[in-house]
Amino acid sequence: MTNTLHRFGPAESFADDYVVFAMCARGKNDQGALPKLKKFLEMAVPFKPVNLGDASHGGALRPSRQMNPLAHWNRDITLDFQTVINGLDTLTTVAAVFDSRPTAEEFVKAVKAADLGLSINISTSVEGAEQCCFAAGIPRHSVGYSLGFEGKTEKLPSDDVLMLATMCGHGMVSHSLAKKMIDWVKEGRRTPEQAASYMTRFCSCGVFNPARAARVLRQAGQGKQEYR
Amino acid sequence: MRINPDKCVACGNCTYVCPVGAIYIDPGIRRATVNLDACVECYTCYNGLSQEHLNPTFVRTVRKVFQAFRLRFDPEPDVCPTGAFEPEELKWPRTVRRAFSDPRVPHESTGVHGRGTEEVKTNDVSGRVGIGETGFTIEFGRPGVGASFKDIQTMCWALAKVGVAFEKRNPVTSLMSDVATGTIREDIMNERVLSAIVEIKVPAERTEEIIRLVWDVEKGIDTVIALGVGTRCDENGEDHVVEPILERLGYHPQRAKTNIGLGRAAQAALLEKT
Repeated sequence: MTNTLHRFGPAESFADDYVVFAMCARGKNDQGALPKLKKFLEMAVPFKPVNLGDASHGGALRPSRQMNPLAHWNRDITLDFQTVINGLDTLTTVAAVFDSRPTAEEFVKAVKAADLGLSINISTSVEGAEQCCFAAGIPRHSVGYSLGFEGKTEKLPSDDVLMLATMCGHGMVSHSLAKKMIDWVKEGRRTPEQAASYMTRFCSCGVFNPARAARVLRQAGQGKQEYR
Repeated sequence: MRINPDKCVACGNCTYVCPVGAIYIDPGIRRATVNLDACVECYTCYNGLSQEHLNPTFVRTVRKVFQAFRLRFDPEPDVCPTGAFEPEELKWPRTVRRAFSDPRVPHESTGVHGRGTEEVKTNDVSGRVGIGETGFTIEFGRPGVGASFKDIQTMCWALAKVGVAFEKRNPVTSLMSDVATGTIREDIMNERVLSAIVEIKVPAERTEEIIRLVWDVEKGIDTVIALGVGTRCDENGEDHVVEPILERLGYHPQRAKTNIGLGRAAQAALLEKT
């Protein structure tokens, strides 16, 4: 999976987007890894992430199989971290999403001190990750660069839509829904935060960043094009 | 995926959430319908929409009354009011669509979890990409465009021709009938997926050659490609090998995933290695 790598936008647009994730390597250190993955999630909560998730069950905001019809007037958009932690029952990738570098740095320091033995990755701007490593006193081990999108790029939507939809790298947030949410914010039918929450529920591994999405929606609603 | 016409009330919410635009309101029956040729079986509609399970007759009546008075209800956009989606049992080769499109399911068809592999994300433990090596992830159809295996086949043939080795545990590789020539099995050629990743590893000095090959081949492919390049940093955490090549080719990487090297192999794996 490269589900957080190809987020669209210039490096500055990742100033509020730090995904820190943990995983074990199959056949190398996966035995007894489940409690460590859970510990990673538990450790993240005091740092006030904007999302928390595991790749098998989803994030801190999930769709409901039995939604109360009255929810149309009073939808709860509170992040439910405990459900994510309690629901982790299989070896998978777990992630915590932060909306500021200082917070991400402090979390990385804490993870280093915990010495879980899991592979820890930071997905953000190249420089943002370097700064996190520097703050924690860790040299980067490996780096995977996103070189962006190529080929028939005429099939891609506008930059605003791409910035929103690519926050779910698996493609579960459709371009049409992102466009619709931008329009709804423009029309005043929903707040940026409400619109962001709808998209967050579609991300099946909890790495969608609702804080960045709300900012992009707010700017798009004001007609501010951030890129290109 | 199927939408039960007895339950659907044609609210239209699902037409927006489908990542590949495969759901439409059929004017003949006035119900949401899935275009099965376009559907990649990602289950976004089924898994992502909240469900209310309201009585369809009641909802249709309310909608008609509102329509008569030119009133419009402004419902939540991520809800199927009647729970009308019904997954169908998929058969080969259609199972491939779901395996590559729904991240929640393991690859039943390939035996590998996810669309790709661990890449450099566990490189601190696996040592998969060493110093002086470049790992490529060439992802077809991302973001949100989708791809057919015909597109992927074209690239695999070109890569095989220049002698690169495909990652063994990758789902696309597992569907090749001849890995040496990069030939993908014929019976899945017409299947569409949300995205699929081809993974290769080459010596760093071949980085430019491979990128130029991708540039050349992608011109003849009818989808988008998301290109990723991974490498091992030196003891100071620096990459003085691959990034300069990328810069020279006109790439200015904005985003990366960075493995910070805190992973370690368990004792048994270490003993095995020695």
